[in-house]
Amino acid sequence: MALQTNSRVIRWIDHRLPIFTFMNHELNEYPTPRNLSYMWNFGSLAGIALVIMIVTGILLAMQYTAHVDHAFDSVERIMRDVNYGWLLRYAHMNGASFFFIVVYIHILRGLYYGSYKAPREILWMIGVVILLLMMATAFMGYVLPWGQMSFWGATVITNLFSAIPLVGPDIVVWLWGGFSVDNPTLNRFFALHYLLPFVIVAMVFLHLWALHRFGSNNPLGIDAKGPQDKIPFHPYYTVKDLYGLGVFLILFAAFVFFAPNYMGHPDNYIEADPLVTPAHIVPEWYFLPFYAILRAITFDIGIPFTGIVLIDAKLGGVIAMFGSIAVLFVLPWLDGSPVRSGRFRPLFKQFFALFVVTCLVLGYMGAMPAEQPYVTISQIGTAYYFAYFLVILPLLSVLERPKPLPASISEPVLRGGGTVAGATAKPMEKP
Amino acid sequence: MRAIKHMGRLAACAVTAAALTVAAAPAPASAAEAVSHPDYEFSFDGIFGTFDQAALQRGFQVYEQVCAACHGIRLVAFRNLADLGYDEDEIKAIAARYQVEDGPNDQGEMFMREGIPADRFPSPYRNEQEARMMNGGAYPPDLSLMAKKRKGGADYIKALMVGYTEPPADVELTPGMYWNEYFPGHQIAMPQILYPDSVSYADGTPATIEQMSRDVATFLMWTAEPMLEDRKQMGIKVILFLLVFTGLMYAVKRKVWADLH
Ligand code: HEC
Ligand code: HEM
Repeated sequence: MALQTNSRVIRWIDHRLPIFTFMNHELNEYPTPRNLSYMWNFGSLAGIALVIMIVTGILLAMQYTAHVDHAFDSVERIMRDVNYGWLLRYAHMNGASFFFIVVYIHILRGLYYGSYKAPREILWMIGVVILLLMMATAFMGYVLPWGQMSFWGATVITNLFSAIPLVGPDIVVWLWGGFSVDNPTLNRFFALHYLLPFVIVAMVFLHLWALHRFGSNNPLGIDAKGPQDKIPFHPYYTVKDLYGLGVFLILFAAFVFFAPNYMGHPDNYIEADPLVTPAHIVPEWYFLPFYAILRAITFDIGIPFTGIVLIDAKLGGVIAMFGSIAVLFVLPWLDGSPVRSGRFRPLFKQFFALFVVTCLVLGYMGAMPAEQPYVTISQIGTAYYFAYFLVILPLLSVLERPKPLPASISEPVLRGGGTVAGATAKPMEKP
Repeated sequence: MRAIKHMGRLAACAVTAAALTVAAAPAPASAAEAVSHPDYEFSFDGIFGTFDQAALQRGFQVYEQVCAACHGIRLVAFRNLADLGYDEDEIKAIAARYQVEDGPNDQGEMFMREGIPADRFPSPYRNEQEARMMNGGAYPPDLSLMAKKRKGGADYIKALMVGYTEPPADVELTPGMYWNEYFPGHQIAMPQILYPDSVSYADGTPATIEQMSRDVATFLMWTAEPMLEDRKQMGIKVILFLLVFTGLMYAVKRKVWADLH
C-alpha cells in the first residue's frame, strides 16, 4: 500500500520513486512477532556498531599514513595532536571488539532458536559471509597501527597460506607484494580495510532483504498464525532497540573512556620490528577460538601404517580453522529437526550449552602458549566443536523427541493474564 | 604453581557464560614470562583519577636530570609541558636548554639550534646503533610509551626502579647485567640509577628512591597517555548522559508496551 501523507512533495517523489513507501513498509509498519526477547536486540546493535566503525574509520583515515616508516607515528599523532583523535582511535579500537561481541551473541541466538532453518537458510548464509568479511576487515585493520602484534600477527596469518600444496608459497608472496610483510602489504591492507566495510554494508542490505521476506524468527520458533501474533515494528521495537542501544553504549563508553586498552595487547604500543619476535604472538581476543582450532591440529593425517602423509599438521590446522566457519554454511542441512526453538528440544539444549562452554574454553586456549595441557584441551574442544555440527545435530534430528509446541505465539504470551490480543494494541493488518 | 593459577582461571572462565569474559583471556599469555609486581596507588588511578601536577613536575625533573642521559621521549613536544603547569615563558626556557637539528639551510647544511616549544624532545642518541654502542650492546628504549607498552604500566616502571637488589647466592650474573626483582628474567642491562638525593627537587620534597620512582612513573604515565584527564572527564559526562537516556528509553518502552502484556 502506498504511503498516506499530506505532503505534496513527498507524494510527488514517492509516485516516481517509491522510496518513502518502501521505508514506511520496512521500518514502520513492518510486522514483527510480538514475543521477541532481548536476544533480538543484537541485530540492530550490530548495524549500529558497523556505522560507528565506518564513521570513526573514515575520520581516522583522514589523519592516518599507510607507510611502514610513518604508520606508527601517525597513529600516535592522532592520539596526541588531532582534536579528539584519542576518542576516534579508542572508539574504533574498542568498537571492533564490541562489534564482535554483539555479532557473536547474535549468532549464538540464531543457533539456539534455530533461526537458520527453512525458510531462512539464505539469510543465515549471508550472515556467515558477513562474519567472514568482518574477520578479514578486523585482521587487516589490526595491522594498520604497525605495532609489534600488527606485524607479527600479519606474518603468522599470511604464512598460513603457504600450507596450500604446490602454489602456497607463491600465493604468500603475491599476498605480501614482496618477500615479507612490508610496505606493499601495509598499503594493500589499508586499501582493503577501507573497502571491505562497504562490502559488508551491501551484504547487510541483502541480509535485511532476506529477513523481511519472512520476518523474524521468535523465541518459540513457530510461525505467526495471524495478525494477533504480530505487532508493527514502530513504535514497539524501535523503542525497545533504543533502550538496548542505551545499555550497549553505556558498556561501550565504560571501555572507551575508562579501560581503552584493556582488550588490546601492550606489545602493539611497540613499533613493528621485523628483527625482534615477541615471546607470544596472540591475535585479538575475538580470533582466539579459531586460533586454538588452528593450533590444535598438531599431527599429520595420512594412510595408517604406510607413512604416507596426505595432509601435514600445518595444512590440517588451516583446513580445520577455515572449516570451523565453513561448517556454518551447511548448518541448515545438518540440523534436520523440524522444531526451530531450543526451548522445545530437551537434548539439544544440553549439547548447545556445552557448545557455548567449548567456544569459551577454546578462546581461552587460544591465548595460551602451545604447550600441554593446553594442546590436549584445544584438541578436545576442537573435536566437540565439529562433532556438534557434524554428528550431534544430525543425530538429534532423528533421535530427539521434542516437547509439544504451543498452538500460536499469542497463546503463551497471553497466558500471563493480560488483555485479549489486540484489544488495545493496534492489530496487524495483513501486509 | 603457575599451572594451579591457570586451572583456577580456566574454571572461572568456564563458568562465566558472558561473552565479555573471553576478553580477559589474552592477559595470561604474557603472564608466563613476566614477574608479578606490586600494585601501587597513583593519583591517576580509578574513574575520577587525575594527574598530580606537582608529582608530574618532579617526575619531569627526574627524567631530565637522570633518565634523559640514556632514554628519549621522542613523541612528547615541549609545548605539551603546559599540562604540567608550566607557563609559556617557562616552556620556552626549557626548550632553549636543548639543541635540536634543523635544516637544511640555504647552503644545504643541516645545523643545530636552540629548541622552541613546537619541537619534540630530542633523543640522546642519533640511532639504535649509537645507543647500543654507548651502552655495552644494550638498547635503552624510548620511554614515551613505556607506561603502555609494558604490562602493568606505571606500576611496573615504579617497581623496576625500586627493584634492584643483590642477586640470589646461586645466580651468577652475566657481565654487564644487574639483578632486578621485577624485570622479566631478572637480569637487566640498566644499572641502578636512582639513589637517595640523585636529584634535588625544586619544591623541596625529600628525594628518596621511593619518591623519585613514584614521580618518574607518574611522569611517564603522562607521556604515554597525555589525554588521560580529558578522557575520564568526558567519560563521566557521557556515561551520565547515557544513564539518563537509557532510563528514559526504558520508561518509554514500558509505556509503549503496557497495552500489549
Ligand atoms: C646509563 C643509561 C641509563 C639511564 C641513565 C637510565 N636507563 Fe633505563 N635503560 C637503560 C638500558 C641500557 C636499558 C635496557 C635494559 C635491558 O634491555 O636489559 C634500559 C631499560 C629501561 C626500561 C625498560 C625495561 C623493560 O621492561 O624493558 C625502563 C622502563 C627504564 N629503562 C626506565 C628508566 C628510568 C625511569 C630512568 C631514569 C630514572 C632510566 N631508565 C635511566 C639504560 C639507562
Ligand atoms: C567492519 C568495520 C571495521 C572493523 C571491524 C575495523 C577494525 C579495525 C581494527 C581492529 C583496527 C586496529 C585498531 C588498533 O588497534 O589501533 C582498525 C584500524 C583502523 N581502521 Fe578500521 N575497522 C572497520 C572499519 C573501518 C573503516 C570503514 C575505515 C575507513 C576508512 C577504517 C579505518 C581504519 C584506520 C585508518 C585504522 C588505523 C588507525 C588505528 O589503528 O587506530 N576502519 N580497524
